[in-house]
Amino acid sequence: MPGRNDDAYWKANIRLVLSLLAVWFLVSFGAGILLVDLLDNIRFGGFKLGFWMAQQGSIFVFIVLILVYISRMDRLDARYRRSGADREDSSP
Amino acid sequence: MSVQAWTFLFVALTFSLYIGIAIWSRVRSTRDFYVAGKHVPPLANGMATAADWMSAASFISMAGLISFIGRDGAFYLMGWTGGYVLLALLLAPYLRKFGKYTVPDFIGDRYYSQTARMVAVFCAIVISFVYACGQMQGAGIVFSRFLEVDLSYGVMIGMAIVFFYAVLGGMKGITYTQVAQYCVLIFAFMVPAIFISILMTGNVIPQVGFGSQLTEAFGGGYLLDRLDGLSEQLGFPTYTEGQRTTQDVFFITAALMIGTAGLPHVIIRFFTVPGVREARKSAGYALIFIAILYTTAPAVAAFARANLINTVDNVEYSAMPEWFSKWETTGLIRFTDRNGDGRIQYTGDAATNELDVNRDIMVLANPEIAELPNWVVALVAAGGLAAALSTAAGLLLVISSAVSHDLLKRGYMPEISEKEELLFARISIFMAVLVAGYFGINPPAYVAQVVAFAFGLAAASFFPAIVMGIFNRRMNRQGAVAGMVAGFVFTALYIIYFRFINPAVDNADNWLFGISPEGIGSLGALLNLLVAWAVSRVTPEPPAEVQALVADIRRPEVD
Repeated sequence: MPGRNDDAYWKANIRLVLSLLAVWFLVSFGAGILLVDLLDNIRFGGFKLGFWMAQQGSIFVFIVLILVYISRMDRLDARYRRSGADREDSSP
Repeated sequence: MSVQAWTFLFVALTFSLYIGIAIWSRVRSTRDFYVAGKHVPPLANGMATAADWMSAASFISMAGLISFIGRDGAFYLMGWTGGYVLLALLLAPYLRKFGKYTVPDFIGDRYYSQTARMVAVFCAIVISFVYACGQMQGAGIVFSRFLEVDLSYGVMIGMAIVFFYAVLGGMKGITYTQVAQYCVLIFAFMVPAIFISILMTGNVIPQVGFGSQLTEAFGGGYLLDRLDGLSEQLGFPTYTEGQRTTQDVFFITAALMIGTAGLPHVIIRFFTVPGVREARKSAGYALIFIAILYTTAPAVAAFARANLINTVDNVEYSAMPEWFSKWETTGLIRFTDRNGDGRIQYTGDAATNELDVNRDIMVLANPEIAELPNWVVALVAAGGLAAALSTAAGLLLVISSAVSHDLLKRGYMPEISEKEELLFARISIFMAVLVAGYFGINPPAYVAQVVAFAFGLAAASFFPAIVMGIFNRRMNRQGAVAGMVAGFVFTALYIIYFRFINPAVDNADNWLFGISPEGIGSLGALLNLLVAWAVSRVTPEPPAEVQALVADIRRPEVD
């Protein structure tokens, strides 16, 4: 049965995933689609900001999001990991 | 050396490499055949996933598509990369923790139902087949255009190569050839892009060149400003502005993202790594490797567009360079001198436009248009083949494992031994290669359209069922099956109605909430979610052992 420890781990996990997905939504659907014309008023170099977010910027943010997820989850796993049991289904 | 000699050389070299890997990676167990023994390192899996994912369409067609639709091309760029965020955060780690071989495995076990398993088998096979036919066709096109081999021989050569390493090595052979294919395709995509970026903007990095000033030879000024100016002058829509409605772009992007995360050939790649940690890591690597191409593609699109207009507009037809007549013979570029002045007028107005350009030419002929060396032109052929074959192999494995593992071993013939199951796996991959090859040579007219819709169907069927299986412990068999059926049927009917039954009314006025058939999968996914939730509330909760399975998937992995 799930213990208190498992619940805390799961809650922390959900919090992390939801906050990362919020950023994911803001940069792609927000900046790249809904606010694109507004952001196009800002320029840097040869780019209009909205256009750049839609075609390039959002992709860079996606990478950062996954990298943050990887490192946060590694830390979370280490904190909640219970020792003793064998690693399931991955012995050679 | 001529372009053709270089092309033969590159294709021969890369193919011998793939065959070498096939011989080295022969397998004897089903575990090796389905999931490469689960010891693929994350970096290798990242490359394999990237090659698996980036198909002939990504390599050959995407940049060209973007160069014709301008800013709206963002739905491909964001949709086909943003899906990896969903995959990494919501699916990959949990499915790896679950630890079986296939997607129908998960659906069948989590929803304690052979019906659910068979629905999943059906969806996986349909989605993968449609996709695989397109890849074989892509391989055939590259063969016929670059090597001047007959298209059907081209497809057969491609089939023979895939057959060789997929049947011998299963997932293990496929994985390591995909690693090699990723290297080939990314090199082949980047070298011309870098050359053109240097040529047009003096900048080595195409992503930066995209926002830089053009060199004097190309008229100076920022590339994108110049494109906007040229578009306006010639009567095309402004390059950096959208043509479709905001809500349509929104829903298409969502459908492509959710569909990406729901495609079985991508999901199974995450079954091949040693553990959950590695699954997360390889999703990160995969997106980085994909992003190298996907952030370059919009730059290539803009370069190619500006370059094409520069080269052809209002120039005498007789003064066209060699590539022009070469691609004219393939029918990818067509000139009709409407006003009889012997010059090419390229405009956005159908009545005066004299040039028809196929979108594929933007990548295939781009190096020639920019007058790059012959070996760079030849690279593109090897890259296109690598992209087509790597994706085809991944898809064929999904079909093979769905048949031998889910349909036979876990379905109708549970008594077969591992050796027999492996034999069935090899036979079904062989049959799948033949069928895909047949449709590659004799493509049904609607293949390209249906491929795009495979995303909508994957989004409306698999993705919600898997996500709820993990994140909603109360979700039961009745809810999941009802949801999958509702999402799939709604999406399929909407597409069939507008595209095949009544194409005359296929326009924004008649669409539901202004959503085109390409984007309807996201609404289908939402419908799936709502139906599943509602049905699961009024039917019994899942049995205790299934709830224990869900609890276990959510627990941190132990070393």
